[in-house]
Amino acid sequence: MERDRGPGGAGRVLGRLLEAVLASRGEANAVFDILAALQSEDPEEIQEAVRICSRLFGALLERGELFVGRLPSEEAVMTGSQGATHKYKVWMRHRYHSCCNRLGELLAHPSFQVKELALGTLMKFVQLEGSHPLEKPKWEGNYLFPRELFKLVMEGLLSLEEDRALLLSQLQEYLEYDDIRYHTMQAAVGVMARVTDGQAEVPLTFWNNAFTLLSAVSLPRQEGSTPSFYVKHTEPSDKWKVAHLKEHRKAFQLMWLSFLKHKLPVSLYKKVLVIMHDSILPHLAQPTLMMDFLTSAYDIGGAISLLALNGLFILIHKHNLEYPDFYRKLYSLLEPSVFHVKYRARFFHLADLFLSSSHLPAYLVAAFAKRLSRLALTAPPEALLMVLPFICNLLRRHPACRVLVHRPQGPELDADPYDPGEQDPARSCALDSSLWELQALQKHYHPEVSKAASVINQALCVPEASIASLLELTPYEVFERDLKKKVPEQVPLEFIPAVGLLGRQEDLCAQYFSLS
Amino acid sequence: MGKAKSAGARRKPPGAQAGARGVKAKPNPNPFEVKVNRQKFQILGRKTRHDVGLPGVSRARAIKKRTQTLLKEYKERDKSNVFRDKRFGEYNSSLTPEEKMTKRFALEQQRHHEKKSIYNLNEDEELTHYGQSLADIEKLNDVVDSDSDTEERGTLSAELTAAHFGGGGGLLNKTASQQSEEGDKAKSRKELIEELIARSKQEKRERQAQRENALELTEKLDQDWKEIQTLLSHKTPKSENKEKKEKPKPDPYDVMVRELGFEMKAQPSNRMKTEEELAREEQERLTKLEAERLRRMFGKDEDETMKKPKHVSADDLSDGFILDKDDRRLLSYKDGKMNIEEDVQEEGSREAGGSESEGEEDPSGEDTEQSDSPDGHSDLDSNAESEEDGESPEKGQLPAPRERCSHGDQKARVDRAELPYTFAAPESYEELKSLLSGRSVKEQLLVVERIQKCNHPSLAAGNKAKLERLFGFLLEYVGDLAARDPPDLRVIDKLVVQLYNLCQLFPEAASDAMRFVFRDAMHEMEEMLETKGRAAFPGLDVLIYLKIAGLLFPTSDFWHPVVTPALVCMSQLLTKCPVLSLQDVVKGLFVCCLFLEYVSLSQRFVPELINFLLGILHIAAPNKPALGYTLVHPFRALGKNSELLLVSNREDAATWQRKSLPLHWASGLKTLTTTETNHARLSCLAVCLALVKRCMLLYGALPAFQDIVQPLRAVLTEHLAHRGHPQDLQELCQSALAEAENQKPHCRPLVCEKSRPVPLKLFTPRLVKVLEFGRKQGSTREEQERRRLIHKHRREFKGAVREIRKDNQFLARMQLSETMERDAERKRKVKQLLNSLATQEGEWKALKKKKFKK
Repeated sequence: MERDRGPGGAGRVLGRLLEAVLASRGEANAVFDILAALQSEDPEEIQEAVRICSRLFGALLERGELFVGRLPSEEAVMTGSQGATHKYKVWMRHRYHSCCNRLGELLAHPSFQVKELALGTLMKFVQLEGSHPLEKPKWEGNYLFPRELFKLVMEGLLSLEEDRALLLSQLQEYLEYDDIRYHTMQAAVGVMARVTDGQAEVPLTFWNNAFTLLSAVSLPRQEGSTPSFYVKHTEPSDKWKVAHLKEHRKAFQLMWLSFLKHKLPVSLYKKVLVIMHDSILPHLAQPTLMMDFLTSAYDIGGAISLLALNGLFILIHKHNLEYPDFYRKLYSLLEPSVFHVKYRARFFHLADLFLSSSHLPAYLVAAFAKRLSRLALTAPPEALLMVLPFICNLLRRHPACRVLVHRPQGPELDADPYDPGEQDPARSCALDSSLWELQALQKHYHPEVSKAASVINQALCVPEASIASLLELTPYEVFERDLKKKVPEQVPLEFIPAVGLLGRQEDLCAQYFSLS
Repeated sequence: MGKAKSAGARRKPPGAQAGARGVKAKPNPNPFEVKVNRQKFQILGRKTRHDVGLPGVSRARAIKKRTQTLLKEYKERDKSNVFRDKRFGEYNSSLTPEEKMTKRFALEQQRHHEKKSIYNLNEDEELTHYGQSLADIEKLNDVVDSDSDTEERGTLSAELTAAHFGGGGGLLNKTASQQSEEGDKAKSRKELIEELIARSKQEKRERQAQRENALELTEKLDQDWKEIQTLLSHKTPKSENKEKKEKPKPDPYDVMVRELGFEMKAQPSNRMKTEEELAREEQERLTKLEAERLRRMFGKDEDETMKKPKHVSADDLSDGFILDKDDRRLLSYKDGKMNIEEDVQEEGSREAGGSESEGEEDPSGEDTEQSDSPDGHSDLDSNAESEEDGESPEKGQLPAPRERCSHGDQKARVDRAELPYTFAAPESYEELKSLLSGRSVKEQLLVVERIQKCNHPSLAAGNKAKLERLFGFLLEYVGDLAARDPPDLRVIDKLVVQLYNLCQLFPEAASDAMRFVFRDAMHEMEEMLETKGRAAFPGLDVLIYLKIAGLLFPTSDFWHPVVTPALVCMSQLLTKCPVLSLQDVVKGLFVCCLFLEYVSLSQRFVPELINFLLGILHIAAPNKPALGYTLVHPFRALGKNSELLLVSNREDAATWQRKSLPLHWASGLKTLTTTETNHARLSCLAVCLALVKRCMLLYGALPAFQDIVQPLRAVLTEHLAHRGHPQDLQELCQSALAEAENQKPHCRPLVCEKSRPVPLKLFTPRLVKVLEFGRKQGSTREEQERRRLIHKHRREFKGAVREIRKDNQFLARMQLSETMERDAERKRKVKQLLNSLATQEGEWKALKKKKFKK
């Protein structure tokens, strides 16, 4: 080959070879040259070769010049006595096969362009092979899909070594099609089973890739009128499994269960739990199967418990899950860190939901209110702005708990009867206590917080204050709000004149710090 | 009787009212004539107009009126000639009889003076002026009036007055007497008046002649006197001359007296205030400011007072302001020196207004002084001196400024001589920086001061904006200084005073600049949080800005446009920035200290502060198997920085001396040995413990105090109290714990404030004007008016019909009586005739009988 003429020259050469191969079967041996180009080091050259392969085998598939049926071994056919056409077809199918294998390998190529192109080409082959199947239909209207080829793609995508998130996002557009989605789910199960089968320790990247793929699969909420197929079939039938959402759900469920049954790293746990309520649970055929996973996640504690709450709530709410110590668990989740974690908004949204029932016993609600207000003593202002209305809402919902802020003839106590260490809300004696913490927070430095805490001084008005807008409040927003407030025309000034940076001698800073 | 009256009015001739008036005036009517319409029920609100009446009287009045009017008409019904009374104003009741008479007289006069014929030119018409004939005046043009004359003229002759004002009676009397004199010759009135006029003219002429004579005599007497005068004496004319001479040249004494008289009178000024009074005033001012501060701290009426607009009348000229104080300075002396400097000093330290006045005054003085002498900066010097005087007692560690001043006096003078005296206000930060860079602290201060003075707002229009910008630049400069390595804290220390003064002058600009700075800092942190997931403590400049904000603005306000954002910013620093090094510890402790300083007056609760101190104590405590507390965000129970402040070296602990933390540690501590590092750690711990103690003191009164400090107590008792720390730290620990113990928990159950019961919603009733019950209500105004008119018309109509009917009855009665009269007359006449006929017949029969007898 004339390598020295550069990639453009190589492209032209390959183009000529392609035309020759397509023009006459006699030139078929040029395919070897094309395939050799796929092994090249130069990404440009590889890309060119991939494009040529795509055109070549695409044309061959359309022409039906590849052997259809179970592929016999090459040597047997070559030495056999079948006709030249048969031999040619078998031989060409073998070349096609090796080309696909090479493309699958190229999915691990360092250059992203190559990867992308290889994926695109493989998907094109999938489409063409689907409409011109290389296997014989077993009966009339049999659904045929190039499963082997697709499995090859999946294996390439779910790499053990490298994070393929970018490439997986390329797959996203194909996942819009029902058949691709269905087969992806099936293939993913197979790949995961095979990977975890032999090895004891599966690398993290594989799980990340798998999660990226799995989370990319999203089922439609309702069965569409006509399923959309990536592979163009001449006569689609609705008897095929792939056309039914129910089958999709089954596959979806199988996929997730086979994913979740493995021991996952903590970060993935969190990621799964974050999307659990929204994109996994509604699409499962039997959501109750998630019960075990969620309860064990809920028992882990910390942020994972917080996240498991959401899914658990759906199971309890919609699928009649009985969870004995749910509120006790929830109670034990209330830690000072709850105001500082990333999932604060979600947690309080759910806690609000759980505590919205008017059938909860008063002691329970009182314990929650007391615990929250105790935690509020360590909370930053943005969290306080949210949690104070939250507590007030609890008191509004449950008039029996109003003794916490209004106990007219109560005896004066020596100490707070509330026991913060008690795990059981029933035994925390919260109902005997009062919310002195809120009274302390009335002296909070931030005016908004102070105002919010002062609400308990008056009898609580009946309509609940909505905390939806406060859930996502960030400190930066609080700061901006303060800045945007209208400045009074006369800005108050300090009347004690400044004498220096650290102030007078009796000032704190001057006592503990010095300039040099 | 209104109806009758109105009915009568339609046809009444003038003069008919007299009778009616007479009746009305009658005070107490005859009780037998009074008819009372008794009411069966008393009805509230009903006005009764006809409860008492005088039927007899009114009937008589009606009849009388009819006889006067209707009967007259009736009697004259067949007559064509009418008697018409053409006397002037005879029937006009608005004229009083006197007026009537004068008018009539005037008319008569007019008729009298009317020209008989317009072609008769010779008819004399005398023109007068002030009652005098013009012809006479022309004649007696040069008459000089004498006193007697006017007297005489003032009085009128009795005859004349009698003739004019006697109502003509005099004339008539006279005519009567003349009549008696002249017998048959009766004079007409015209003749009488003409005679009178002629007589008065004659009298006048006589008087004039007399006056002329008198005038002649006086003139003659004067001339005679002049002749005699020269003989009399020589002195009198001389004195006359002298007077003439002296008149133009007035006496200097008089001049002075006049001048003094017209000069402005000395006005009373206020008494000079004594020291105590001044102190008391200052005290009052401070208490007022403090009260204001407290009000803002509680944030109670921030809305009410701010938003309540003063009532301004539409024609308010807004000139009703009152000057708060007299800002003219009185000249005063103290210890034999003029007392200016002190005033300036005092006011400068007082408030913006004061410093303004200082600025107004100073530049002028400066200019004159600077131009000639090298020691012309006396005021500047003294300014600087006194400034430093104010500091020196408070900052012991600083070298005595006065001393520095004195030994470097010569040098300073040289330096200042190099400095230009005027500076243009910098237009950009770079400009300011180039002005200030490379100069010593004192020079920098001087430059800034001079910029301020040269660009005082009172000097030119644009100066205010320039100085406002100067604040921003200075702030930037301060940040720059703080960000240097090592930070130039001494310069900042001095510049803070300038910043304070500028801030007092331009609060809005200053607050805007500070807010801008904080926004920048927060933006930076936010970005770092978003990109890296965690933020690092910002540089020293941000901390310095926070400190400066606390110095410039009141930190105790419930809400303050600068301080509240600063507080949020500090809260962010303490919650978002993990403590990774000793440097971070110093920064964090400084922020804690700032926090405590901010809330020292208002005693507000800062959760972040407790959390952070707890975290610092945590990282200072060794092996923590079980925590009796929970740490929050920036700190972790376990991790690589969980023993950052732990000092394990006993020796280092023993050699440690307690001292304050130098601020420049915050910007970096690289060159420290292990021992020094350990010492620094212990110092940090000491500061932290001191702050903890402060917190305990500050929050002791809070209701949930025990719960708030419980983690701190736990870490102190369990991990810090019994360790081999230096004695100092142990004591601090113990005292902090003791403070916490001292506060008795008082758990009074919460009780809501009683709220006033909310009144039920009521609707204000709809008010409808009810004029009369029944058909009249509920219609529009026009409709009501129409109905009222219809009603009135109907009543009038009825009344008229009744009147007409009564007129007819009256007429019928009259006709009847006429007829009766006529009949009676005829009967009488017939009777008479018959009588006479009977007598005739009888006579004739008697005669006949006689004849027969014969």
